[in-house]
Amino acid sequence: MNDIKARMKSVQSTMQITKAMELVATSKLRRAKERVENSRFFHEVLAETIEAVRNTEEAGNSVWGTVREEKKTLFIVMAGDRGLAGGYNANIFRLAEKLAQDKNALYFPIGKKALDYYRHKGLPLYGEAPEYIADLHVGDALAIGKSICESFRSGEIDAAVIVYTNFASMISQVPTDKKLLPLSEPERKEKRNAPFFEGDAEEILDRIVPDYVGGVIYAAVCEALASESGARRSAMNAANKNAGEMIDSLMLSYNRARQSVITQEITEIVSGAEAL
Amino acid sequence: MRTFHLEIVTPDGLVFDGEAESLLVHTTEGDVEILRGHMDYIAAVAVGRARVREAGGNTRAASCSGGFLSVSKENVRLVAVTFEFAENIDEERAKKAKERAEYTLRNTKDRKERQLAEAKLARALNRIHIAKNK
Repeated sequence: MNDIKARMKSVQSTMQITKAMELVATSKLRRAKERVENSRFFHEVLAETIEAVRNTEEAGNSVWGTVREEKKTLFIVMAGDRGLAGGYNANIFRLAEKLAQDKNALYFPIGKKALDYYRHKGLPLYGEAPEYIADLHVGDALAIGKSICESFRSGEIDAAVIVYTNFASMISQVPTDKKLLPLSEPERKEKRNAPFFEGDAEEILDRIVPDYVGGVIYAAVCEALASESGARRSAMNAANKNAGEMIDSLMLSYNRARQSVITQEITEIVSGAEAL
Repeated sequence: MRTFHLEIVTPDGLVFDGEAESLLVHTTEGDVEILRGHMDYIAAVAVGRARVREAGGNTRAASCSGGFLSVSKENVRLVAVTFEFAENIDEERAKKAKERAEYTLRNTKDRKERQLAEAKLARALNRIHIAKNK
């Protein structure tokens, strides 16, 4: 009986923790969701404009859009800072591994767990971001974008792919990969009348492509953060449910045990009285 | 004055969405002011001051850095890496950023880091300047 009681206590205290974590994840999720919505807009407008610039004659053969033989591919992998979020981190690593198969891969981990994972595996790293993904600000994302663009231009890398978890909805987060560089072929819509460029188109691209790459990275960071909270919330929700069920069944066995002890005591008293 | 539709977008969301009489931005080639009926136009934006004259004539100064300006028939879009109206600038933060950048510049020789610090310094100085000259 004491064993069951101790077990119940331990489950209960675990449940307290998971419950608190669920609440924290929920409130973080709300804030992260707002950020995702804001950053999505920025990123969409940037993508639209890049497309418009690239649809003009002058920028047709820009370095940024030229596909080269992939001698070295950079994978930017975004995972969380902490565990206890269901399959969140593992799913991302699995996707990255699948993508990097038979490629000469270089990794740029973002997020504590990603950093630990790739360091532990001893895979070649491109560079390191701030240790925690939660501390990564727009400025950091832009600096990363800039350095990636420089490496791409100098031929150090031939392609860059970003691997992150897309925040599809509160309950669904999908590991996703997106090609950053070279820029994908613009959908050939009707050739728009070329706008007037301050400077030439190539120069403009040189300026805005790094901002674009940084913007995509920032948007992905926002998505990843929201996904992490979402995944943690679901995981903790499931843990709470399981803990609840466990407590129920433990309670049942405890009551049974207690009842049988009482019954036994009564029997003893009754038989003792009879004997007198 | 006749107005046009202006959108100012940053990674933190839509900063301005409405009718404006004019928009002045500091592009990489110099200051440019956009009025209604401007031809299609694209320019990269540098660190500098921006000015929006809202419908009705109210003028607001802002600090702006990075990104680009895109003008088309339908609307005018300023896609900026940072954009803050003068009244929203956190001067304390800018001063701290300035000190940090100066410290880095004094103590590092790494070219990449120096470049980053220089860019940060330029942004901080711009913010301070605009906050002071509202």
